[in-house]
Amino acid sequence: MAVPCSIPIKNEQDIVLARQVGRNLAKELGYGNIEQSRVATAISELARNIFLYAGEGSIVLEHIQKEGRVGLRITANDQGPGITDLRKAMEHGYSTSGGLGAGLPGVKRMMDEFAIDSMPGKGTEVVVTKWRS
Amino acid sequence: MHRRELQEQYEKLLSNFLAGDREAQLYMAQQLSKSLVTQDIAPEDIVDFHIQALEKLVQMPEPVRESFQLLLEMMMEYGNTYRQHNVLRDKQKQLESEIDLAVVMQQTMLPQVLPEFEGVEFGLISVPAKKMSGDYYNILQENDVTFSVAIADIVGKGIPAALCMSMIKYGMDAQYGLTPATRLHHLNIVVEQNIDPSMFVTMLLGNYDTARHSFRYAVAGHEPGFFYRACEQRFYDLEGRGLVLGVLRDAQYPEYELNLEVGDMIVLMTDGVSERKVGMHYLNRQELTNLIQGELAHTAQEIAENLYRRLLLMTNYELPDDHTMIVIRRTK
Repeated sequence: MAVPCSIPIKNEQDIVLARQVGRNLAKELGYGNIEQSRVATAISELARNIFLYAGEGSIVLEHIQKEGRVGLRITANDQGPGITDLRKAMEHGYSTSGGLGAGLPGVKRMMDEFAIDSMPGKGTEVVVTKWRS
Repeated sequence: MHRRELQEQYEKLLSNFLAGDREAQLYMAQQLSKSLVTQDIAPEDIVDFHIQALEKLVQMPEPVRESFQLLLEMMMEYGNTYRQHNVLRDKQKQLESEIDLAVVMQQTMLPQVLPEFEGVEFGLISVPAKKMSGDYYNILQENDVTFSVAIADIVGKGIPAALCMSMIKYGMDAQYGLTPATRLHHLNIVVEQNIDPSMFVTMLLGNYDTARHSFRYAVAGHEPGFFYRACEQRFYDLEGRGLVLGVLRDAQYPEYELNLEVGDMIVLMTDGVSERKVGMHYLNRQELTNLIQGELAHTAQEIAENLYRRLLLMTNYELPDDHTMIVIRRTK
């Protein structure tokens, strides 16, 4: 699947759909059981942040290839309130407080690559990649 | 070990287990799980090992196979928590080594060697309750015949107290040659301006003239020390009134003077020495002087060290507060 697939996130059904699409994509690309679950969980966390704090946004899934490796890239986008203190949001332990950016450290540790950009008042973009092992 | 090898190991374990060698395999499983933990294998990985091993070993009904998907999902958050724990563990190690560095820094604020004077011997012990100490002490040669002594207790323990201690140290460095009362007066202004209102410092400062064997001192709310009169074989409280440092800017500190005969001794301490709970009651001053009395035949240093050991023994090896004691004895 060379064309990125974008799933709008507005409600919890959309979160479930995004998980499903992500899991299927991972399966198609030959990811193992556990990697499929990690991809789904990461999508779940990112989509839930959009749903809870921004109200709406999108999850973009794409199949990437680099240096002979197969990867799955997840991009979470929203135009929500943004994260004021990115450092704090990425702090360990902050995830359990359930505040804005909840679960981000967990996502970071499940994925191979993680990048976040957030402007208060403008929105947040999180891009993560999981390589097939 | 590689994931594949771990997978194979698990598969073998399960196969043996199902073949009937139950308890032995459970024991093996316990050992394996310990080893997996040290290799940072997460709970969801184990579930995955299990699913894959099962698929090879038995015919699974579809609902059973499917159900593992659910179990795997349930384990994900546990895995996240486990990974977080590992990160925190590393962070703690890093913090500890940072504190160790600070401890070394703090040691440089305390005297490395004590001065030597004819006819006077010193004993000194200072043990922090935690890694960093809130007790400050110094014995410093002022000129050929005089040395100054300082002992201070920063109320509070650990890092905040240690940070405050550096202020006391630097404040005192600028006070060369002044009388104890003047020095306390100046220090009080420094402390009052810089300290958090919830903190304060108690202190005793003195100058000892070894030509006349007189000790002039001033006190800022500090735990009274002892003065031992050898000819009477009796301990007196080292009297002294004065407000703790950091409370009132204009505080004044009266000076007191003692004259020491041969064998007389001054014992200074922080409340970590005196406020010790033995069983159900707090040690009183009489009991403390009895303990010191029993050590009088030893050198000043041995008195300080032995008393520390005896108190530790009596209090079940607990040291709730920083313990500092200075012993000054006229020997001839």
